Amino acid sequence: MSDLDPRSVGAAVPQRAGFLEPLILKAGKTLASYELVYETYGALNADRSNAVLVCHALSGSHHVAGFYADDPKKVGWWDNMIGPGKPIDTDRFFVIGVNNIGGCHGSTGPASIDRATGLPYGASFPLVTVEDWVVSQARLMDRLGIQKLAGVIGGSLGGMQAMQWTLSFPERIRHAFVIAAAARLSTQNIAFNDVARQAIVSDPDFHGGNFYAHNAIPARGLKLARMLGHITYLSEDLLMEKFGRVKKRDAYGFNYDVEFEIESYLRYQGDKFAQVFDANTYLLMTKALDYFDPARETGGDLPGVLAQARAGFLVVSFKSDWRFPPERSREMVKAMVAAGKSVTYAEIDAPHGHDAFLLDNRHYHELVAAYFDNVAAEIGAGPRRTPLALGTAELDEMKGFSAQREGT
Amino acid sequence: MQRFDFELIASWIPERSRVLDLGCGDGVLLAGLAATHGVFGYGVEIADDHVLASVRNGVNVIQDNLETGLEAFGDNTFDFVILSQTLQAMHNVEGVMREMLRVGREGIVTFPNFGYWRHRLDVLLGYMPVSKSLPHSWYDTPNIHLCTVKDFEDLCVKVGAEILDERVIHGGRQVTFLPNLRGSLGVFRFRTRP
Repeated sequence: MSDLDPRSVGAAVPQRAGFLEPLILKAGKTLASYELVYETYGALNADRSNAVLVCHALSGSHHVAGFYADDPKKVGWWDNMIGPGKPIDTDRFFVIGVNNIGGCHGSTGPASIDRATGLPYGASFPLVTVEDWVVSQARLMDRLGIQKLAGVIGGSLGGMQAMQWTLSFPERIRHAFVIAAAARLSTQNIAFNDVARQAIVSDPDFHGGNFYAHNAIPARGLKLARMLGHITYLSEDLLMEKFGRVKKRDAYGFNYDVEFEIESYLRYQGDKFAQVFDANTYLLMTKALDYFDPARETGGDLPGVLAQARAGFLVVSFKSDWRFPPERSREMVKAMVAAGKSVTYAEIDAPHGHDAFLLDNRHYHELVAAYFDNVAAEIGAGPRRTPLALGTAELDEMKGFSAQREGT
Repeated sequence: MQRFDFELIASWIPERSRVLDLGCGDGVLLAGLAATHGVFGYGVEIADDHVLASVRNGVNVIQDNLETGLEAFGDNTFDFVILSQTLQAMHNVEGVMREMLRVGREGIVTFPNFGYWRHRLDVLLGYMPVSKSLPHSWYDTPNIHLCTVKDFEDLCVKVGAEILDERVIHGGRQVTFLPNLRGSLGVFRFRTRP
């Protein structure tokens, strides 16, 4: 990635917005003040109608596209989706990436200093839900002077936020892109999340969430959580194809050291993640996933809840995704149809599993591009000025894949 | 390709109807009905390229397999359920007919008439028919369930459908004299028999 890449949004500059208006959380607690870190790409048009909000998933951040001038290798986690000539075309759309509250990439989160005590929040940081995030994002839109978003897009937990936008602020969103997501997690999915959480909270270095004060990080727990997650984000076929049963040495060692390539890969990924990610954020994000269930208060009547939505929907799932399988997306689509909403649904034949939503896939990207072209026509943003040119990187050759991995 | 059945279908559908188009292809029928009749609806397609083409035509499209039923759609959700020139390529013809009756107030089916005289002549001469309405050779045709206008009338009886209108057309014109012999395209409108 370089300045010369015509399909890159170029060097990104994180920005910061402080909010003094208290945020009343679903959990019943209040954040007296908070900060959001965000990045923008492209230009807001005169009538402020071309804004697209990108919501991140479990481990993502506001750094969605482009790179940093002082760290050109730090490529945004959805860079293959956003830029001139990419599906979300920054010649015509003003794209916003934001780090959610409770995150660990600069927005107020468990590692932030609580002004009331002068210490990191740690265990006292309140649980934040998808609904809370959407409210905080809407306030950021107020700050940016955006009354109505052309679109909100996200994969996985990000897709849940896109969906919630249509319910919390039906008048403020034209289109929701709900990708590799679900209207609520399955039992199995909650189970995976709890194993990940147990790995973290049972690490002696966790100190009940107040590990900052002990100058420690629960790296072993976080590593295990990430290893588990990582397995579930990829398909069995892909793991088999990528690693097979390849071993570091030919002969069995008859011990518990690293032998198979997959062990080495997972441990490396886990270690790397544990060094940069916050354990409390991991806990909070998984809980936000578990809690998301917009139909809960109506006894499971999702069509009834969706009746208030005004947006058009693009729902996308991936056939090999077993963490957020197509069945979950079809449930959403069925409810959207029952509620009489405009919805398009595509099931992408990609082999990678849940992570497919972050990776290059011609049909997937053409579809998102075509939908965004319709949105552009709707807001009068005209045709593409840079021809659509899609990425074709295979999983192994994606230089940014470790960055891409932040998406899930 | 000019689709003469589209004109007839459009003439049957009142403004602002709710329409489901099964096997919608590139979505042009729904796009046209939305533009001229203000209908709201969805297309259903299984093929990736057709899903993409439908999106490009601004049509709501649900990627799904018609053969396994219309699980995404509730009972009586639509005013019209259309199956245009798709029936002959389906495995589960009876099943899709029953599903059409379930999700829609009325169904519209169009199909190439195997009883058309040229088709009969081809068979009489010892060959499988190849014509404008059946353009494929027998070994590469997607059409596995060809029928005549009379055959389809029988199927309607079997699945409990009452035929509301039945036209056979050829070259864009309705054929009234010996339609099952002289017409190449059957167009049926039906509902659940009361």
